[in-house]
Amino acid sequence: MTHWMIAPVVLPAMLAAFIVLAARHHLAIQRAVSVAGVLALIAIALGLAWEVSGGAILLYQLGDWAAPFGIVLVGDRLSTGMVLLTAVLALFVLLYAIGSGWDDRGWHFHALFQFQLMGLMGAFLTGDLFNLFVFFEVLLIASYGLMIHAGGNARLRAGVQYVLFNLVGSTLFLFALGSIYAQTGTLNMADLAGRVTAIDPEDTVGIRVASVLLLLVFAIKAAVVPLHFWLPSSYAEAPAPVAALFAIMTKVGAYAIIRVYTLIFPPDLAVTAGLHDLWLMPAALLSLALGMVGVLAAKRLDRLVAFSIIGSMGMVMVSIALFTPEGIAAALYYIVHSTLAGAALFLISDLVRTGRADLELTPQPPVAGTTLTAGLFFVGAIAMVGLPPLSGFLGKLLVMQAAYDAPLMAWIWAVVLGSSLISLVGFSRAGSILFWKAESIAPQDNDPARPRPAALSYVAVGGLIALLAAHTVLAGQVQAYATTMAAQLFAPDPYVSTVIDTPGKLHPPKEDP
Amino acid sequence: MELLVASAIGILTAGGIYLMLRLRTFPVILGISLLTYAVNVFLFASGRLTVGAAPILRDDVSGYADPLPQALVLTAIVISFGMTAVVVMIGLGAFLGSEDDHVDDPKGPVDDLAGGGS
Repeated sequence: MTHWMIAPVVLPAMLAAFIVLAARHHLAIQRAVSVAGVLALIAIALGLAWEVSGGAILLYQLGDWAAPFGIVLVGDRLSTGMVLLTAVLALFVLLYAIGSGWDDRGWHFHALFQFQLMGLMGAFLTGDLFNLFVFFEVLLIASYGLMIHAGGNARLRAGVQYVLFNLVGSTLFLFALGSIYAQTGTLNMADLAGRVTAIDPEDTVGIRVASVLLLLVFAIKAAVVPLHFWLPSSYAEAPAPVAALFAIMTKVGAYAIIRVYTLIFPPDLAVTAGLHDLWLMPAALLSLALGMVGVLAAKRLDRLVAFSIIGSMGMVMVSIALFTPEGIAAALYYIVHSTLAGAALFLISDLVRTGRADLELTPQPPVAGTTLTAGLFFVGAIAMVGLPPLSGFLGKLLVMQAAYDAPLMAWIWAVVLGSSLISLVGFSRAGSILFWKAESIAPQDNDPARPRPAALSYVAVGGLIALLAAHTVLAGQVQAYATTMAAQLFAPDPYVSTVIDTPGKLHPPKEDP
Repeated sequence: MELLVASAIGILTAGGIYLMLRLRTFPVILGISLLTYAVNVFLFASGRLTVGAAPILRDDVSGYADPLPQALVLTAIVISFGMTAVVVMIGLGAFLGSEDDHVDDPKGPVDDLAGGGS
């Protein structure tokens, strides 16, 4: 049993405590510790991903208590891949926060950032539903603090909405967990996978309710329409680096849906037939359409990016809702793309804000650094809209290819292609107002000189864009690996047997014949 | 006893949802508190209702209460308590900052400090 499994959870927790207790007044130390921690996380995540890339399942039993009595962390291809994605995203977001000075505008940015990472890593690695709830709460509490970092009335008001909405989501989660426990007597995911199949098909009321409640909770996290209302205001008002980090938070919901609805409630399960396979796809198509219409309708750049996040989550959910290995593989490819592109766009919108009075989509005098910022916006918009040559285009192709045999194929293709066109118009409008019309406005003499964004900010955004390019160039390899991830998800027997049969304290002894 | 517990959960949930749909922060927070009480009792009942049964294995006892929901409830109580404190603080900050405690987006522009404290 390798102890490295728990390092992605323990390391940020220790660092956060260290930052709060020992380095509270020393921003330089906080920054150094935070960056070093994230670099170490990337190294650990790479190691874990390398170890499971052959198809092995890593298991960590906390306190050596055997599942299903103890709490376990499980690493397979999907969870370690998500851990790696989070760590890499965190590095660039952190660099941007340092470069732009956002971490200096309020207290405890780095400590909260580390706690947020701890919650994210735990949510990806845990093999227990109640632990998933606990890690959700850890990442939410940290996100409440980050969301209102640097204060301001608009931000606090958006923060209230965000916290209230998520509290309701947490309560729903607990209701779902209570129903599942009452029906099956366990909350360990691998154990549940076995017990749910053993439920009498005549008596499925409880488990069906639980399954739908759980899907609702994850759909709130993934901002699936009509449960998306918390997202636009809170992402738009949050500090830009925080919003960029939040780009992975919606993916936690997508990850949880993929995990739970392939392992515990797989699509061919009799007791939950006719539930999520019926209405998840229409909801996903609606999110995709509504998100991209929101892009066109937005009056501010930050809200535009927030709506494009909803739209791209819609695309991910369309692909997941197919519940086929090809669909899940396409969703995984698109998740990586959408995380990187969304984060890059939030950071770029902050670069624009550095040069302007506000982010209203109105012509204002051009500012220092416009050329570079406009170029980055252009690339980011191409990626998010899904035009060739970047990975958004490839991701969209994969989703459409996976949907080719689906019953709703005509609807899916129509919505995917139509929403692309709408978002293309929306992004072009925003870009031309922000950058081209600016040339026709003469700067006024009494305007205060606005500083150029720091070089480190550009490095962070450029890094994300470079990752997007790499995601495009290496699309074949990434897609092949995503296919093996999906194959592993649809053949869960090794996962279940690894979790249940690994001995530990309280492991039921094998009966002698 | 089942009827009593079930109707208690039901009434708490109904009241919580009604208050949650109000327009101002304070009733919404109260509603969410009621809802968390409801879910705590619900979680507690998910291990079946027993009276006077021991939760820990002993030689001279034959019937047991399920100890796991009690542990789950303890976690849930701590988390919901902390969350309520957080939302009260943020709500109070938003109210004191804008003299307005509606939870929806304001009609007009609020004085926009989105550029940060600097």
